[in-house]
Amino acid sequence: MTQLIIIAIYLGLLLGLGMFASRLFRGTKQDYMLASHSIGPFLLLMSLFGTTMTAFALVGSTGEAFKEGIGVYGMMASASGIIHSLCFFVIGIKLWSLGRRFGYTTQVQFFRDRLDHDAIGIVLFPILVGLVIPYLLIGVISSGVVIQQMTGGAFESLFQTPDAQTNGGVPKWLGSLIICCVVLIYVFFGGMRGTAWANTFQTLVFMILGVVTFVVIANKLGGGETFWESLQNASSAVSEEKSTRAEMSKTKFFTYLLIPLSVGMFPHLFQHWLTAKRASSFKLAVVAHPIFIMIVWVPCVLVGVWATTSLVPATPALPRIPGTDIVNANAVLPFLVKTQTSAILGGFLTAGILAAIMSSLDSQFLCLGTMFENDLVAHYLGKQRFNDKQQVLITRCFIIAIVALTYFLSLSNPTSVFALGVWCFSGFSSLFPLVFAALYWPRLTVAGAYASVIATIACWSYLFWKSGFGANRTYTVDISLGGATYETMPVVTIFACSLIAMVVVSLLTKPPSAEVLQRFFGPAKA
Amino acid sequence: MAKRSAGVYVVWGLVVLLIILHQDNWFWNDPRLVFGVIPIGLFYHACLSIAASCTWFLAIKLAWPQHLEHEVESASASAQGESTR
Repeated sequence: MTQLIIIAIYLGLLLGLGMFASRLFRGTKQDYMLASHSIGPFLLLMSLFGTTMTAFALVGSTGEAFKEGIGVYGMMASASGIIHSLCFFVIGIKLWSLGRRFGYTTQVQFFRDRLDHDAIGIVLFPILVGLVIPYLLIGVISSGVVIQQMTGGAFESLFQTPDAQTNGGVPKWLGSLIICCVVLIYVFFGGMRGTAWANTFQTLVFMILGVVTFVVIANKLGGGETFWESLQNASSAVSEEKSTRAEMSKTKFFTYLLIPLSVGMFPHLFQHWLTAKRASSFKLAVVAHPIFIMIVWVPCVLVGVWATTSLVPATPALPRIPGTDIVNANAVLPFLVKTQTSAILGGFLTAGILAAIMSSLDSQFLCLGTMFENDLVAHYLGKQRFNDKQQVLITRCFIIAIVALTYFLSLSNPTSVFALGVWCFSGFSSLFPLVFAALYWPRLTVAGAYASVIATIACWSYLFWKSGFGANRTYTVDISLGGATYETMPVVTIFACSLIAMVVVSLLTKPPSAEVLQRFFGPAKA
Repeated sequence: MAKRSAGVYVVWGLVVLLIILHQDNWFWNDPRLVFGVIPIGLFYHACLSIAASCTWFLAIKLAWPQHLEHEVESASASAQGESTR
């Protein structure tokens, strides 16, 4: 019950923040979708970091470390620290500049203009939306699961389940509904400003609570007289298998580097980039992002490998995947918090996990609503047909529809959607050559862009089918060379197909018009 | 201009170096604990995250695309001029 009260207070605070942000709303479409380009360095850092870090950063990192050992940090976190900032620096600032000069709000508007071809929007729009929706579903389903796990035992007579861990907990459908409603309310009223403020608050919450949880769990498991001694006790109990990468493929580790390139093509990040007040607002985000990743991930990875040791009490046993004897890795962190810390900290950590989930969900909901309004309604029915107020209203209606659709899809409990996570990222990463070429390669043609998109879809679909539609979670494309076999992430093959198709077709087709080249690569007109 | 060009090369050289250093085959099977508290493979990659921040700090000092800010400013000045004409 304590946890439930803390969660309720936290959600209430979030709603208050969203409503307060709405009081600053200037009533224009620019303000609703891009906060009137008013976001400064700190808010930009926090909103970019909060958006790129999902629940996976807290729960998934611990779970993966539990399964794979410390190697997950290098594979997923330090790689992201290098590549995310690279994308902000190379792609984000340039897109911000073009967006400010030519008035873009969405990626599709940029590609239509850069390629001087309207129909490219029809192809890109469903791909971008299609890749974001599974990502949204993961967030909505995870929020329900986390709330149920952490409130287990609170309402034993009301919500009964066969599983002792979740019996009496708020049911998943209700937890997901509450989260969807909270996010909907502050996005609906606060728009991008509310989203940026909420992201900042939530990022602070999950970073601080993550570190506090780490200290408490370290002291409890390590059992030393000082924190340092507890750390030494806990880490020295970790097996060699988990404290090295003995079981990890070196080529898989290397090729995973391409996955973080996905941030270059995330439509919700594109929108966040455009909110920046000036180019210099990016500086703090570019520099601090890798450190922030380290602050969140290192403690979670350590907790994950400690959970594999005999320091964790045998009873109650670590939660199992229903019907199997396999430990449910994603439940390891909530389980440790529940069994090794107090109910109050449990409540706070749940708030932290929900913060990580919601700080991604809000941007994605707002982005999809913005895309529907700009790329479909305003584009095809004519911008002059609606005034600003009406366009904001249409965007809000789309946001309600998207939240409702995502929620209802989540009710069918498509657990297979979790397998889609890395595939969504691979799809976005494979479109990275397109955005990079659009910004830096004048020779990119519309045919080359189509070739890149088609090659990405074809290759992605083929490999996704080969992986049993994501069922084989360790699926790799194996390359045999000189008698040895090298495992590579599917993203390498898809990325290569996309890049080669784009370059070859662009070189074989007519170059872009002089007008387009002048607009995007010539000196800016004063 | 020459300083900026040299800075750009230094920054991109450092980014390539970070990517090379990311593939730390030398600590792959090393179970040592640094200060007795953190496995060396994890410690190394945490240091790499700090090195990435330092590299990006250098990037904003030596290779910052200042012209992009100027382009936006001149475009908005031009738009304002046209609207008041």
